[in-house]
Amino acid sequence: MNVFAPIGRAVLAYLAHIGRLAVFTLDSVTACFRPPIYWNLIVQQMMRIGYFSLPVVGLTAFFTGGALALQIYIGASRYGAEAFVPVVVLVGITRELGPVIAGLMVAGRVAAAIAAELGTMRVTEQIDALTTLATNPIKYLVVPRLVAAVISMPILVAVADSIGVFGGYVASTQSLGFTGAIYLKNTIDNVTYHDVSSGLIKAAVFGFIIALMGAYNGFHSKGGAQGVGAATTNAVVSASILILAANFLLTNLLFTD
Amino acid sequence: MARISSTAKVELRGVKKRFGSKVVLDGVDLTIQPGSSLVVIGGSGTGKSVMIKCVLGILRPDAGQIFVDGTDVTRLRGGARDTVLRKFGMTFQGAALFDSLPVWENVAFGLIQGRGMGRRKARDIAMEKLAKVGLGAEVGKLWPAELSGGMQKRVGLARAIAADPEIIFFDEPTTGLDPIMADVINNLIVDTVKGTGTTTLSITHDLVSARKISDRIAMLYAGKIIWEGPTAEIDSSGNPYVDQFIHGREEGPIHMEVRG
Repeated sequence: MNVFAPIGRAVLAYLAHIGRLAVFTLDSVTACFRPPIYWNLIVQQMMRIGYFSLPVVGLTAFFTGGALALQIYIGASRYGAEAFVPVVVLVGITRELGPVIAGLMVAGRVAAAIAAELGTMRVTEQIDALTTLATNPIKYLVVPRLVAAVISMPILVAVADSIGVFGGYVASTQSLGFTGAIYLKNTIDNVTYHDVSSGLIKAAVFGFIIALMGAYNGFHSKGGAQGVGAATTNAVVSASILILAANFLLTNLLFTD
Repeated sequence: MARISSTAKVELRGVKKRFGSKVVLDGVDLTIQPGSSLVVIGGSGTGKSVMIKCVLGILRPDAGQIFVDGTDVTRLRGGARDTVLRKFGMTFQGAALFDSLPVWENVAFGLIQGRGMGRRKARDIAMEKLAKVGLGAEVGKLWPAELSGGMQKRVGLARAIAADPEIIFFDEPTTGLDPIMADVINNLIVDTVKGTGTTTLSITHDLVSARKISDRIAMLYAGKIIWEGPTAEIDSSGNPYVDQFIHGREEGPIHMEVRG
C-alpha cells in the first residue's frame, strides 16, 4: 500500500470540490443575466433574507455600537482624547463592524436556511422534478436567492450602521457623560461618503457569499437527514470564513487611499 | 434483433455511467417504440433510476448515445435541452411534490413555469387533471404535506400528465403503497395513458405492477439489459436471471450483496 495514495486522493477530492464550486458559481452568475428572471421569487426572497433579518441585525448592531463606545472611551481617555469617541465609533461601525456583524448574523440565519431548504429539495428529488417540468433549477432556485441577498445586504447594513451609531450615542450619553447634541454634531460633521459606501460594497459581496454558500452546499447535499445537516453546517462555516477573508481583502483594496 | 432508430421514440445505445469506481450502467441498449409501454425491472440499486436520469439529462452518461425521436440528445444543453424536456413527464418514487406550493400549483407548475401559460388557464387544467386521477377540487387547495402517500403519488401523476407529454417516465410508481392503493395507481396509469398514444417507460421491482402496466418488459442486471420481450413471455423467458427475479428466490445466478 502506497503511503502517498491517501494524500493524493485527498488532494484530488479537494481539487474536484473547488472545480465543482467554480462551475456552480459561473452557472449561477451567467443565469442571473439570462431570461426567464423570476421577479416575484426575488421579492419573496428579499423579504426572507432582508426584512426578516432586521431584528437580529438591528439588536446586534445596537449592542456592538454601545460596547465599542465604552471601549474606545477607555483607550482615548488615556491620552485625553475623549472627544474622538463619536468619530471612531462612526468609522468602526460603518467601515468594519456594521458589514461584518450583519454578514455573520445573516450567514447564520440565511445560509443555513438556504442550505437546509435546497438540501431537502435535493434529497427528495424536488430539484430533479423541476428539470422534468422544463424549469432550470439554477434559475428558479439559486438566482432569486443570489440576487435578493446581493440587494438586501447593503440595505440591511445601512440600517445596521444607523443603529450601531445610535448604540454608541446611547452608551456615550448615558454612561460617559457626553452631551447628546455635541455627540450628534461630531458624528454628522465627520461622516464621509467613502466610510459608508465602502461598507455597503462589502455588504453586497457578503450577500453574494452567503447565498452562494447556502445554495452550493444545499444543491450538493447527499443522503438523507444527515446529509442535509452536514450541508447546513458547511454552508454556515464556509460562509463565515469567506466573509472574514473577503473582509480583509476588501479592506486592503478599498482603504488604500 | 433489427432496430431501426428512426422509428423508435427513445433509444439508448451503449450507455455507460459510473460513479467513482462503481460501474452502474455498463453499456445499456434499449429501444422504446412509440405508443408502447415498457417496464424495466431489476433489483434495488441496479441503476434503473440512473438510466432514466441519463435520458432526461439530469445525469450525463460517460459513454454511449441517447436518441429521442431519432435526434441525438446526449450532449444537448440549455434551450435545446429544454425543448426536448417538454416532451417528457415524470413521476418520482417519493412523489417529489414541491412542498412550498399548494397541490394545484404543483400540478400546474410545468404549464406556468415551463410553458408560460396564464395562471387562470393553468389552474383549470390542473383541476381537470386532478379529477382524472380521482381527486376533487378541494384537494387542489391543500398542501402536499397534508396528503397521504397514495394521494401524493396521484398528485405526482397528475403533475406528470398536466402538459400532455409524449413520453412519461414512472419511477417506482407503487413502491411504499398498500396492495389496493398500488392497484388504484396501476389502473390510473393504464387509464391515463391508454388510447392517448403516449409512450411510457416505468422502472419497478413490483412485478404485479409491471405485468399490469406494460406491453414489454426488460430486465436490467449488472449494468446491462439481460432480457427483453413481450410481457406475456416473461414467465417463459428461459433466462435464469429473469426466472430467479420474478419468482423471488434467494438461490440462483443473482447474488445479492448482503452485508453486516
